[in-house]
Amino acid sequence: MTSTTSTTALDPATTADTLPATKDAATGAGFTTAALATGRRTVLQFFRTPQLLMMGTIQGALFLFMFRYVFGGAISTRGDLNYVDWLVPGFLVTVILWTGMGAASGVAEDSSSGVYDRLRSLPIPRAAVMMGRSLADGALVGWGIFTTAIIGFIIGFRAHGGIGSILLAFLLMLVAGYAFSWIFITLGLISGNAQAAQGMSMLVIPFSFISNANVPVASMPGWMQPFAANQPVSVIINAVRSLMQGGTDVVGIGHSTAYWVALSLVWCAGIFLVFSTLATARFSKTQ
Amino acid sequence: MSPTIEAQGLTKHFGEVHALDGLDLTAESGRLTALLGPNGAGKTTFISAVATLLRPTSGTLHVAGIDAATHPKEVRRVIGLAGQYASVEPAMTGKENLEMVARLFGLDKREVKQAAGKVLEQLGLADAGDRLVRTYSGGMRRRLDLGASLVGRPRLLLLDEPTTGLDPRSRMELWEAIRTLVADGTDVLLTTQYLEEADQLARDVVIIDHGRVIASGTPDELKGQGGSDVIEVRPRWGRDLDAVSEVLAGVGSEPPRIDHDTQRVSVPVTGGADQLSSVVRLLDERSLAVDDIGLRRPTLDEVFLALTGQPIDASDTDPDASAAA
Repeated sequence: MTSTTSTTALDPATTADTLPATKDAATGAGFTTAALATGRRTVLQFFRTPQLLMMGTIQGALFLFMFRYVFGGAISTRGDLNYVDWLVPGFLVTVILWTGMGAASGVAEDSSSGVYDRLRSLPIPRAAVMMGRSLADGALVGWGIFTTAIIGFIIGFRAHGGIGSILLAFLLMLVAGYAFSWIFITLGLISGNAQAAQGMSMLVIPFSFISNANVPVASMPGWMQPFAANQPVSVIINAVRSLMQGGTDVVGIGHSTAYWVALSLVWCAGIFLVFSTLATARFSKTQ
Repeated sequence: MSPTIEAQGLTKHFGEVHALDGLDLTAESGRLTALLGPNGAGKTTFISAVATLLRPTSGTLHVAGIDAATHPKEVRRVIGLAGQYASVEPAMTGKENLEMVARLFGLDKREVKQAAGKVLEQLGLADAGDRLVRTYSGGMRRRLDLGASLVGRPRLLLLDEPTTGLDPRSRMELWEAIRTLVADGTDVLLTTQYLEEADQLARDVVIIDHGRVIASGTPDELKGQGGSDVIEVRPRWGRDLDAVSEVLAGVGSEPPRIDHDTQRVSVPVTGGADQLSSVVRLLDERSLAVDDIGLRRPTLDEVFLALTGQPIDASDTDPDASAAA
């Protein structure tokens, strides 16, 4: 054996003695340890895979550039805001959806590649694996929102609300990102392979574009408006936009900021309850 | 000591497909048992049932004396699974991969470090331990995957076609690692489509087809069951293959097989040495020159053919793997 790192320079005799006995049953990790250990894997996978790390950022930047500079001139917003100040809060919320597509294919990949078979065979609570995944995906959504906000700032976006409200807006997006990650985990589990998961994730397109993220709902045809105005992404955007820019009057919508925040939280709670139950049940079930 | 695995009348239905169809199997403690069969025989389904990934439709299954249907959590404490594909994370180092699994097995921080280091050394990966798995060769990944299944020191290792897709050298290295494990007292259940692999590694071989056990025993016993000894001839010139085959047809208990790859003709016989000398005489009368001629025990390949009427074909992908996924 050639020289290895110093960490392996243990006395062989003591190493052998202190290893757990062969015939003892493993105790297995508890819920928190298992969730953190498996979640850590997802986070490392993201930050150490340049394609994953760069693709999301570049895609977000491109879309933001196009809306800001290509379509922006033709879009008139209600209220007193510049288009860029109106656009970016909505765009940040849709980052939750675009990041989620990656989560769905990641989960599908782990299902088909045998990673989940191994994890299911280990003496850990199976629900912890899903919890770890959702925490990791929530963190990755946070990262996506953070980098997109910086790009938004560079292209001229400014928040005009109070600092407390702005922080609250980011917090709400994190909560939403965590809740929505369960939708994508569920999609990944039922799709079975990464390609199918990508296909299913196309669902994010209507939710992202038939919303008030990029253009005012009033400019859409009448039959489309009820969905566009009331679907959860639009509700969350109303809350985030109002928080960031100083109230519902400034952004040109009805009700109060508190109303939109409360409604957003109701949506998030509902999505979390339904999809975390579905995903956990599906993952934990022995066929 | 109770058998490592005891299955009785095990069935598993996926709709119309009967992946397991009344499988009875006992794997004794302290040895390696090989589950041998063609694609779709039910090998992966059985491993998945032992690993508590699948619930059998009917029958009983005990792993280390524990009822897998009623106490799956306890079963998971004593097994380690390496599936058909290396399921280690490419974006983590070899050491990080092992440490993650060790932590999941419930080892504490100090034990995690030691167990990971020990396993890396054991599998000849100590120098590569700090490299991202992305940079590993296919053989190294499979070895690390094996390491991940044993880092928790399980009583029973489940290896599903561990060497599929490996080059011969990597295969030998993995075999060596598995032999060492068995020598150290780990029980192993291994599935394979490679008869040579079962022959090389296993004390007990169980041949399954269509979800049922069709034969079991030591490799030698199975060769005995496959019936007769075989006369094998390699003519000096390839053009003589058919002529030699005609000669052998006259003495064999079954039609001869011509293997064009190895330029050999073989035929099962019942008469042993007497028939070998008559074959030599007949070939000589017809002036057919031979490079090699002999009487030998049947290979597991021939045993399988004799038992099922069809050869093992290792070239296809395994459909029962996707059914079990």
